[in-house]
Amino acid sequence: MNDLRTSELDVWPPGAGVERIPFSAYTREDLYQRELERLFYRGHWCYVGLEAEIPNPGDFKRTRVGERSVIMVRDRDGGINVVENVCAHRGAAFCRENFGNRSDFTCPYHQWTYDLDGRLLGVPLMRGVRSDGVVQGGMPAEFRREDHGLTRLAVARRNGVVCASFDADVEPFEQYLGPDVLRYFDRVFDGRALTVLGYSRQRIDGNWKLMQENIKDPYHPGLLHTWFVTFGLWRADQKSQLLTDVHGRHACMISRRNEGGSGAVTKGVTSFKANMTLHDDRVLDVVPEPWWNGPTVVMTTIFPSVIIQQQVNSLSTRHIQPRGPNAFDFVWTHFGFADDAPDMQRRRLRQANLFGPAGYVSADDGEVIEFSQQGARQRPGGVSVVELGGTDTATRTEHTVTETLIRSMYAYWRRTLDV
Amino acid sequence: MSDGRHEGGRDVSPDASVDFATFVDLVTLYQAYASALDARQYERWPEFFIDDCVYRLQPRENFDRGLPLATMAFESKGMLKDRVYGITQTLAHDPYYQRHVVGTPIIGRVMGLVIEAEANYAVFRTRQNELSEVFNVGRYVDIVHRTSAGLRFASRICVFDSEMIPTSIIYPI
Repeated sequence: MNDLRTSELDVWPPGAGVERIPFSAYTREDLYQRELERLFYRGHWCYVGLEAEIPNPGDFKRTRVGERSVIMVRDRDGGINVVENVCAHRGAAFCRENFGNRSDFTCPYHQWTYDLDGRLLGVPLMRGVRSDGVVQGGMPAEFRREDHGLTRLAVARRNGVVCASFDADVEPFEQYLGPDVLRYFDRVFDGRALTVLGYSRQRIDGNWKLMQENIKDPYHPGLLHTWFVTFGLWRADQKSQLLTDVHGRHACMISRRNEGGSGAVTKGVTSFKANMTLHDDRVLDVVPEPWWNGPTVVMTTIFPSVIIQQQVNSLSTRHIQPRGPNAFDFVWTHFGFADDAPDMQRRRLRQANLFGPAGYVSADDGEVIEFSQQGARQRPGGVSVVELGGTDTATRTEHTVTETLIRSMYAYWRRTLDV
Repeated sequence: MSDGRHEGGRDVSPDASVDFATFVDLVTLYQAYASALDARQYERWPEFFIDDCVYRLQPRENFDRGLPLATMAFESKGMLKDRVYGITQTLAHDPYYQRHVVGTPIIGRVMGLVIEAEANYAVFRTRQNELSEVFNVGRYVDIVHRTSAGLRFASRICVFDSEMIPTSIIYPI
């Protein structure tokens, strides 16, 4: 085990740069364990939810950081705590509901009770049981409740979004995002009150990184997704920009819608349907919002755990929860703003038909991720070719005909994992 | 599992006074609907609805908590036709068979030409070269209109228990 933690893993093809990704990056159990340790549990912030999901004192949401079950809970003073869902006594994952309200947390096994900040409040029979004048059993005199609270995570709150980390020494959240990505984060989350519209949950039989890569890949949307290319929502002839943080781990894909129709980028593209018209086009009833400030779509990947989607009027967070190297759960939280007029909320819900597990442009992302995973599993020595736009990495690119964001992510991944 | 309004229970209470002919008509509608989808006759799917219809496939979690998001949410027969186009022409996916097993309906209120009803359903998915698996399990919450062409759905809300959608949902439930 010690070797695994410290040694360099022999994964990358000799001499290859980040324009070649070994298939084993998606399948090896030892690599996956190192990813959990170094990406999900140390040195990084992971998404846990929106403050709007737990508006009242005692409201909680159960979710995951990496593979670990955690609870995000609103404290009595309005603060937000994130604690691990593991009882300090016998390790029971005591919280069994995804949402609820509690004045405290009690493990059903032996009734150990914790305050909303994870402090141990009560231990039944701690001082033993007096019988015939003799105290029988109980905890040793030196047992201190203060030493046996729930594991508390570091918490970052920014404009209604909550992230957490098992690493108390993680850098401040704003520094973690870096100024450029933070600017686009704040574009969606500018402090306005949010309204949660609901959830979609899917399980995808693919490596979790393939989902990050999907949203760092501006090459596929105009090819895989008929709706994007035909209706001009995302295609290679749009005015676009790609950017990353200085480490290359987070990214934004920023673009401005055009009129669609045929052109150089649709030539030979079978997914482009020149004659496609909708019987009911309310699904694409796009109304520009002042806060967009130009772009009609900004897809932000915050490494390793979340994607922030603004695609015209549809907004969501997409939470990546890994389940071993070959699968992940993908939880969508669609939201709007508390001051949305009813017709704007309806519009966001209509456009949600494009996204999610059945969405016109997202259902097939889950499908192709599984196709990739299947290919990687059958050929352990294979490599993925990622050299559209060259072999280098850039923090800024003014077009979308490139896979630079994927390369940037792997440059960071290799440094962080010693691969 | 929920702290919401419906608690996943029935939204109709059975009406014992419903006549047998209405019951048979409704069972026939349900079975014809399931049979068309299982036979992959997707172009028939919109025709089970009136023009000004509602179709939603919604996680029970959202339904019970009063959250409006649905996995599919259509508001007209035109939107259903657009979905059929999406299924057959635009969505890249691993092909699969669907098999619906639909329970006996519970008929709630009957108000003139309008019938409220519910039925449990289970949909199995079979991918090529794979074992059959439970895909989506829930209940239909329906409002059915008696039209000159026969019974048609004015509203069909598929409220599914399944907490995880395996990969994706392409075809209607």
